[in-house]
Amino acid sequence: MTTAFHIVVCGSLVPDPLQTLEPVQGPTGPGLKNEMMLPSVLDPWAGHSLFEAANLAKHHPGSKVTLLSLGPKAKLQQLMMTIAQKVPFELVCLDGSASGFVDSGEVAAALAGAIEKIPGLDKTKLLVFGGCASASRDAGTTMQMIAEQLGVSDVFLAVDELKVQPDGSFRILERIEGGQYQVSSCAGAPAVIGWATGNLPEPPNNPQVGMANMRGIMPSLQKAVPAAVKTDKIKFASVELPKQQRQTRIVKDTPVDEIAKEIVTWIKG
Amino acid sequence: MSTANIEKRALMSTLPGDDVRQIMWRFTDRYDLQMVIQSARSVARGVIARMVADKQRHTHDWTPEKQAMLKAFDEAGITAAFMEPEQGGYITGPKNLVLAMIAFELCWVDAGAATASLANNLALEPIHEKGTPEQIQKYMGGCVPPKPGESRKMLRGSFALTEPLPYVGVDAGMLSGKIRIAEWKEGKEPILQVEKRGRFITNMGYANFVTASVDTDDPRIKSSCMVILEEGDPGLYDRGAPTLKLVHQLSSTHDPIFSLKVPASRIIGGYTVKDGVIIPNFNNSEVIEAVFRRTRVTVGIMTTAKLLSAIEPVIRYQRTRFRGGDSATPGNPRYDLGIQQKEDPCHRLVDVWATGEAGASLGFEAARLFDVFDPMEQQKNELFEKQGIKGPRAQMKAFMEPRKKALEYIDLMAKPASQRDKKRVAELESDLLVQYLIKESLADVFCPACKLWNTGQGATMMREAVSLMGGYGITEDCPGFLTQKWSDAQLEATYEGPECVQRRQMSLTMVNEIFLAQFKNWISDLRELAKRKPEMGSEALAGAMELWLWSLEYLENHKDANGKTLYGGQRQGVMFPMTDALAWLLGARQLILDTLELEEKGPQNPVLAEGLLGVVNFYSDLCGVQAARAAGEVGRICTELVYGYQAKGCACAASDADLKAFAGLRAKNDVAFAGLRFSKDRAAEAVAHVMIPEALDYPL
Repeated sequence: MTTAFHIVVCGSLVPDPLQTLEPVQGPTGPGLKNEMMLPSVLDPWAGHSLFEAANLAKHHPGSKVTLLSLGPKAKLQQLMMTIAQKVPFELVCLDGSASGFVDSGEVAAALAGAIEKIPGLDKTKLLVFGGCASASRDAGTTMQMIAEQLGVSDVFLAVDELKVQPDGSFRILERIEGGQYQVSSCAGAPAVIGWATGNLPEPPNNPQVGMANMRGIMPSLQKAVPAAVKTDKIKFASVELPKQQRQTRIVKDTPVDEIAKEIVTWIKG
Repeated sequence: MSTANIEKRALMSTLPGDDVRQIMWRFTDRYDLQMVIQSARSVARGVIARMVADKQRHTHDWTPEKQAMLKAFDEAGITAAFMEPEQGGYITGPKNLVLAMIAFELCWVDAGAATASLANNLALEPIHEKGTPEQIQKYMGGCVPPKPGESRKMLRGSFALTEPLPYVGVDAGMLSGKIRIAEWKEGKEPILQVEKRGRFITNMGYANFVTASVDTDDPRIKSSCMVILEEGDPGLYDRGAPTLKLVHQLSSTHDPIFSLKVPASRIIGGYTVKDGVIIPNFNNSEVIEAVFRRTRVTVGIMTTAKLLSAIEPVIRYQRTRFRGGDSATPGNPRYDLGIQQKEDPCHRLVDVWATGEAGASLGFEAARLFDVFDPMEQQKNELFEKQGIKGPRAQMKAFMEPRKKALEYIDLMAKPASQRDKKRVAELESDLLVQYLIKESLADVFCPACKLWNTGQGATMMREAVSLMGGYGITEDCPGFLTQKWSDAQLEATYEGPECVQRRQMSLTMVNEIFLAQFKNWISDLRELAKRKPEMGSEALAGAMELWLWSLEYLENHKDANGKTLYGGQRQGVMFPMTDALAWLLGARQLILDTLELEEKGPQNPVLAEGLLGVVNFYSDLCGVQAARAAGEVGRICTELVYGYQAKGCACAASDADLKAFAGLRAKNDVAFAGLRFSKDRAAEAVAHVMIPEALDYPL
C-alpha cells in the first residue's frame, strides 16, 4: 500500500551552542546577551525531525515536506543558507521571536494556526514533526499543545524510529527509561511526532539542493506573517545557565586499581 | 588637548559574522554564494580539520583519507562550482568571487586542502579561457562529479607549466616541454610527440589529465602552445615521486615525466594549418596570461583567511592564559582578561586583524573586479573579431580613441555628481571599450597587488599571530593550527609566480595613465571622507598616496647621482619597492571602502541593528590602524628611493626644489597621523571585550 504524507516539521533556530550564552534581563523579559548578533543553527532536535521527514518523504512518493519556522525572518534567511542545502522542503515562515523565553502555549497556537492555513492541507495525510526538546529552553510541551489545537489525538514523544508498515500503519519507537524503547502501533496519519535524535546522520550540504529549495524559500520569507508571540506573558523569577560541574582532585602516584575502584564507587554512589 | 582617547564609543559585542561579511564583501544578494560558503565551511571544519588533527599532514603520500577529502569536495558542490550549468555546474556567470570564497573557507582550516581543490580548476582554466568548444565540453563536463546512476570516470586535472629543475639544466625562464610532429598522414590529423617534465605539480598523484605548456621543437609547428595530456595516451605518463614539501601536505604534489603521443586536437584552443605548418591558435604566453590574470587573486585570499582565522584562538588563549593558577580567580581581571590586561598583546593582535581585513578587502575586490571584467573581455574579443582586429598592435590602435575617452570619463567622475555632464557620462558608461580599459587598468594592478601583499605581508603577520600564542603557538596542538598556517603562507607567496613576478607585473601596469587618473580621484575622495570620519585615517592615507604619486613621477623623470635612469629598464631596486608601497595603499583604501559599505548598508539588516554601531566603530578604528601602517611604509619606501640615490652629502632639501617639495609632503603626512594611535587603543579595547565562542568550531 503506498501512502503519501504531508509532513509539517516545526523547527526554528537556536543560538549556536558553541557560543557564549549569557542570560540577561532585557526590557521585554529575559534573553541572551547579544542574541541577535550570535550565529544560529537549526535547533538540533528539530533538525533530526527534518531529516527523518525528508527520508520518509523520499520513500513515499507523492509526499511533501514543509518546514514551519517561527523566528526572526532575517535570521531564518541566514539559517536557510545551510539548512536548505540538506534536504528538499518548502518553507512557511512566521516572523517572531525564537527566544527560549516565550510561552510554549503561544508558540503552539501560532504554529497550529499556521498549519491550518497551509494551502491544500489534507489532514488525513498530515504528520506533524518536531523536536521532543529544544536547545534554547526545554519546556518539552509545544508538540503536545500543537496536537491538541489541531485535534490530533495520536501523539508520540522522544521518538527514534517511525516505520510505515505494509498496511499503512506506523510502528513507532519511543525512548523510555533505562535505554529501552516503548514500541507502539498507530493506525496512520494524522499524528504528531516529537523526535529524539532519530537514526539518520545529518545529510551533507549540497548547494544544488539548496538552490532548488531557495526558489520557494525566498518568496516564503518575503511573505512571512508576524507571529503574535510575546516574551512578557511569563514572569521569570531568575534565569541562569546550568552550572558546569567539575570536581577535580590532583593526586599523585595513585595505583590504577585504586583509581578504578574509586570511580566505580563514585558511579554506584 | 585631544579628547579622542577618552571618548567612549560603542564596542563591538561579538566577532563579525556572516551578516557583516556579506555586506562588506558585497554578496548579500548572492544566495548561491552564501550556500557554497556554508558548504565549503562544513567540509573545512569537519573532514579537513579532522584530517589535520589526525596528522595527515605528516605524510607526503596520497592516503585514503586524503582521497576521501576529494569525495567531500564533490559531495559539497565544491568541485562543480567552477563549471557552467550546461557542463553540470550550478552557478551561472563568472566564478572569480565564488572560487575566492571557497578558498577562503577551506584555508580557514588548511591551505593544502584548498590547493587540492583549486588545482583542478587551474588545470581547467586554460581550457576554460582559450579551449575549443569540444575541449570545454569534454574536460569541464568531465570534471563534474557523476550524478546518481551516471556511470563514467570522473576527470581530475593537473596544470604543468614550467618549473626550474635544479641541477638538470632547465632554465626557469624557458619552457621545459617540447612538442614535435610524430606522424602526419595525408588528410589525417597530425600526431604530436610531447616531451614534458614537471616539477611541483599539484594534484599529480591522481590527475588523469594534464594541461601542459610546451615549446615547439619542430619547424612544422609555428609556436609554443598548451596541450592536453591524458593518462592512457601512448607513451610514458609517469607521475614521478611525491615532492617532499614541508607545507600544504593535504595536496598531492609530484615531479612527473611525460613522453606521449597525442592528436593535434589536444592543442588548447585548436590550430590552423598553413603551408604545411601547424599554427596554434594561441601560443603558451597568451593562454598563461589569461589564466594567471585571474587565478592569482584566489591564492592571495588563502593567506588572508589564515590571518582572520587566527583571531579567535589567539583571543581565547590570551584570556584564559592564567586560569587554573592560584592567582586567577573568577571575577578578577587576571582571570577574565588574562594577558589582555596588558596593552601590547591587544595592540599586536589588532595589527594581525587589520592586516587580515585589509587583505580580504583587497582580494575580494579583485575577485569582484574580475567578475565584472570577464564578460567585458569576452564582449571586447567578439567585437574585435567581428571588426577583424587581430594582434596586439592592431588592438592598441583600436584602443587609441577609447583611451582618451576613458581619461575623460575619469575626469568627469572626479567632479561632484551635480556638476557632471550626465549625458556624456551615460555615453561613456555605455561604451564597451571605454569601460573595458578602465576595468582592465584596475584588474591589472589589483590582481598582482593582492597576490603580492596578501601572501608576503600575510606570512609576516602570521608569524606575529603564532608569537601571540607563546610557546603553545609552535606546538602541534595549538588551536587553529597556527604554525602550520604560518609555514603554508610561504608557499602561497610562491605559488603561481613568486613575489618578484608580481612586482614585475605591477611595475608595468601601475604606470598606466588610466590607472593613475583613477588613483588621483581616490586621493580626493579620501580627503573628503577625512572631514567626516577622521578615525579611519583617510587623511594619512590620502597623503601617502599623494607622496607615492609624487615619488613615482620624480623617479620616472630623474636620474640617480651616477646619471642612471631611476624608474625603468632593469632598475628593480627602484621599481619593485614602489609596487610594494602601492600594494600597502590599495589594501588600506579597500578596507575603508568596505567599512563605509557596512556603515551604509548595515542598517538594512535587522539582525545587525543591535550591534552595528560597535562593529562599524571597530572597523573604522581598524581602518585607522591600517592607514597609519600603510602610510608609514610608503613614507619609508619613498624616502629611501628619493633620497637614497642622491650623491652622498649632496641631498639637501633646502637647496633642491624637488627635494624641498618632497620634504614638505612628508612633513604634512607625518602630521596626518595625529590621533591614529587612539584608533589602535580603541580597537584594542574592543578586542579585549568582544564576546567569543566557548570553543573553536573545529577540532585540535
